[in-house]
Amino acid sequence: MTRRLNPFLIAALLLAVPFSLLAGRVWIDPFDPGSGNALAILAELRAPRIVLALTIGAGLGAAGAAMQGYLRNPLADPGLFGIAPGAALGAVLSFWSGYAAQPWALPLFALTGAAGAMTLLALVAGRGGSVILFTLTGMMISSLAGALTSLALSLAPNPFAMSEIVTWLMGALTDRSWHEVWIAAPLTLAGIGVLALAGPGLDAMTLGEEAARSLGVRPGRLQALMILGVGLTVGSGVAVAGIVGFVGLMVPHLLRPFTDRRPGALIVPSALGGALLVLVADSLCRLLPLQGELRLGIALSLLGAPFFLALLAGMRGRLA
Amino acid sequence: MTLAAQDLSLPGRLSGVSMELHRGAVTAICGPNGAGKSSLLRCLAGLMGGRNVLLDGLPLELRSARERACEIGYLPQEGEVAWDLTVETLVSLGRLPWRSGAEADRIAIDAAIATLSLETLRQRRVSQLSGGERARALIARVIAGTSRWLLADEPLANLDLGYQQALLGQLRALAGQGLGVVLVLHDLAQAANFADRVLVLDRGRLVADAPPLEALGEAKIERVWGVRARWLGEPGQRALAVEPTSARAP
Repeated sequence: MTRRLNPFLIAALLLAVPFSLLAGRVWIDPFDPGSGNALAILAELRAPRIVLALTIGAGLGAAGAAMQGYLRNPLADPGLFGIAPGAALGAVLSFWSGYAAQPWALPLFALTGAAGAMTLLALVAGRGGSVILFTLTGMMISSLAGALTSLALSLAPNPFAMSEIVTWLMGALTDRSWHEVWIAAPLTLAGIGVLALAGPGLDAMTLGEEAARSLGVRPGRLQALMILGVGLTVGSGVAVAGIVGFVGLMVPHLLRPFTDRRPGALIVPSALGGALLVLVADSLCRLLPLQGELRLGIALSLLGAPFFLALLAGMRGRLA
Repeated sequence: MTLAAQDLSLPGRLSGVSMELHRGAVTAICGPNGAGKSSLLRCLAGLMGGRNVLLDGLPLELRSARERACEIGYLPQEGEVAWDLTVETLVSLGRLPWRSGAEADRIAIDAAIATLSLETLRQRRVSQLSGGERARALIARVIAGTSRWLLADEPLANLDLGYQQALLGQLRALAGQGLGVVLVLHDLAQAANFADRVLVLDRGRLVADAPPLEALGEAKIERVWGVRARWLGEPGQRALAVEPTSARAP
């Protein structure tokens, strides 16, 4: 089953990309793409947006799969480590300080926030590689970054800044350009590569921390790979698209039954599946006949939360 | 061919433990709760203890984690398996430290599955195994990764009598093929009947290191466990009759 999963996901992506290119407020005729301003729409609006959707989805999917493997918990989410809230705090500060108007400032601030959260995680959790200490540290960094974000909101210099911050935090891919692609794509790819390196260590973690060590896993190294990999994928995703939740939680969960269930075997399929989910969700956001556009982050939460409620209802029998 | 501890101490857990184990034998580590049995096993597995644990005369610490993992297999007491793997995938995890290619992995996995008689359960999920099948699958995972040392913490816990006997028989057979088997055992009768050698720990000290009947003499049991007990039956089929006491001796 595992062997057919990746080709299947790639085929689905190959179908979804052209659909997404053509679909939108302005439908583009595939047999006459030169008419009107269609080429401009394709090259400057849709293409970067699609690449960005693929990038962010892949990063979130891979990070979610790795997180679930590392914490040995199917309900773990990349947001848990405090890296996404850290990146969001950085972005909010760029709005707050007014620097967000500069083209590179917002993502740069967000990446700095993500790096700050990663450094704090590494410093507090230390080199011992204890998972429980690491999780608690991540949760505290999340709370701290969340509180500081609220503080920045409550002290917003003017209502416009506040409204900009709130809208941005909802996560979206509207009006993004190749700028954002050049920031997010290389970092995300590097991050997925780092997470793939963590694969064998995550496989060993299936048997618990001690057994993993007895299999030659060095906990400190595994933790460093996790911080770096999740930091690069999630940090760069938040930097260009705001908070997009549930992808990292849902995708590994949906795909796990189609693999041999080793965490390491789930990372690449989750990257492909995440790319597919965000691409399709973003295309649908564009198509919904609403005043303005449904924000991607909201759409995915609207999709994800009921999905998990259904999942939990199904698990109730086993948990009780 | 040896796994040894030299004046091994861990604050609050072990003090001055020295001994040397040889491959091809079953060694049982016995002692009351909190005596340091699991700590000693973890040290021998190279998970702690530093320079005082020696494998073939060299400190374990000087080897890389991966080299060590190819020599010494360790099975913790919990026997956790976080994801619902198939038996075959679970056993394949034992090959993680190896870089010997898919073919060698396949041979080792097949051999481990055959040794523990798991052929018909290869594609079965861990959640669908009985306690005994699960214990066998976990041991097969270790065997797939090493033919030198198997260190297991209470592998018989939660198994019924039949499975316990079967598993002990399989471990004996593995020792016969040259594997060094080291088990933490709670049941003194099992240790007496199956082990070639018994280490008794009491409050972090090694108080006996001898063949079972000598290490687990009635006087020793009274001193270490604080109960009066008598051995019944023939060697190899012994049972321990414990005298009822109103209060446990300190």
